Amino acid sequence: MKIAVIVMDDFIINALVAGIGLALLAGSLGCIVVWRRMAYFGDTLAHSALLGVALAVSADILPILGVAIIGIVLASLLYWLEKKQDLSNDTLLGIMSHSALALGLIFLSVAQKQGSNVDLMAYLFGDILAVSREELVWIYAGVVLVLSLFAYLWRDLLSISVHEELARTDGVSVNRTRFMFMLLLALTIAVAIKVVGVLLITALLVIPAASARLYSKTPLQMVMLSMLFAMLSVVLGLGASLYWDAPTAPAMVVAAAIVFFVSSVVRSRR
Amino acid sequence: MEKNVLLAAENLGLKRQGKTILSDVNLSLHESEIVTLIGPNGAGKTSLIRILLGLSEASEGKVYRRADLRIGYVPQRTTINPVLPLRVRDFLQLGARYSDDEIAQVLEEVGVSHITDSAIQNISGGELQRVLLGRALLKRPNVLVLDEPAQGVDIIGQQALYKMIAAIRDHHACGVLMVSHDLHLVMAATDQVICLNTHVCCTGHPDHISEHPEYLKLFGDALDGMAVYSHVHDHEHELDGAIVCTHHEDCSHRHG
Repeated sequence: MKIAVIVMDDFIINALVAGIGLALLAGSLGCIVVWRRMAYFGDTLAHSALLGVALAVSADILPILGVAIIGIVLASLLYWLEKKQDLSNDTLLGIMSHSALALGLIFLSVAQKQGSNVDLMAYLFGDILAVSREELVWIYAGVVLVLSLFAYLWRDLLSISVHEELARTDGVSVNRTRFMFMLLLALTIAVAIKVVGVLLITALLVIPAASARLYSKTPLQMVMLSMLFAMLSVVLGLGASLYWDAPTAPAMVVAAAIVFFVSSVVRSRR
Repeated sequence: MEKNVLLAAENLGLKRQGKTILSDVNLSLHESEIVTLIGPNGAGKTSLIRILLGLSEASEGKVYRRADLRIGYVPQRTTINPVLPLRVRDFLQLGARYSDDEIAQVLEEVGVSHITDSAIQNISGGELQRVLLGRALLKRPNVLVLDEPAQGVDIIGQQALYKMIAAIRDHHACGVLMVSHDLHLVMAATDQVICLNTHVCCTGHPDHISEHPEYLKLFGDALDGMAVYSHVHDHEHELDGAIVCTHHEDCSHRHG
């Protein structure tokens, strides 16, 4: 009995630590996503993650690595296509997003038929309660890497979010900064896949940032508040899911949405 | 290249999808000189500016930029992304870090020190224009490039704006390259007018240009049916619209 309690504590702590790591990334990068209207781009990267999982299964590496690799490849491809194509950006993303999702589903089903033990639902909606120590190490390697690069790029990212043309005349390399941010987003998706899965990660990018916008006067304030709101959503969601035995990732997203609606109401009453 | 030339274009040409946008454009901007670029819509004014700024490439010709060139650029009437919380103060800090004193000083110079801590999305179009000008000045530019600064500003406002730009030129000793589609109000302060319509139609001192046949061909028809009304004012307006009496003590109009 006592052993069971300890084991349970352990996986809850792992889940909490993983969730907070993701919240730090999603909260901060989410602000840029909101400022630059990249929600659909985030969706596209997330949908491609299933391909990454399929790749990881066939190459027998950790899913987080497969997802990171595919995300980086897709981000580069999108960056290149954006410059070349006459199609509008959202059409391009529409094509890539759903083709990547469909391809991923097919590859995973092939892998399943060949007898590999892949739980599709775990990748669509995350499986935070099954995060292992090894995965936790990889998640935090991602968190540290992405947050340091984010801090390094912060001024340029802010400049191009405010006004690309002005940033360019200030000597900011707009294209390089955009591309770097796409890569950071790809890495964030990789961190997120175990925690909230491919279908709900965009929610964690967008909703806490939207809540934070209501109370911020400066960009940095918004980033800090957004990280705080994201952590709050993760903790509330995890708690609710344990208490009511609800699926964890959806509970986190619902918690984020409740935080947003409560903030909106509080804000509009003042 | 002469020593006091800051920025010059030599035989500049631009083709986009087979269409000629600029051809054989020559111009030069000297120290403390105000050059006004005029021309109808689609004449290639903004394309030319973008090439001079290094934002896009020309298909032919050369751009000369003096080695110590610092360009302050004020874009065409623009909006700032509304989802980003940003005070005027933060906006001015984007390019580089400036002290509170520097920011206060420059906002004072462009006449909008009262909005330092306002959200940039909440200020008026005219105020934003001045903030953008202030932002350009913070870089201590030796060339100031203004794309249609008078767009959407009424006549009185334009006058004040042009006076301010002339004062900035005198104070900072920078060359000014300005795009405009309005000749008449620019003429007072400008040293050289360049009339562009894909190629340079004509150039000259503003006193001469309105008699130039190429200019008349371009704007003659459009100006037909319009007349210039000569106001006889006995007062002036300050920036905030307040009336300032300029004649005698017992003026008859009401003061606001």
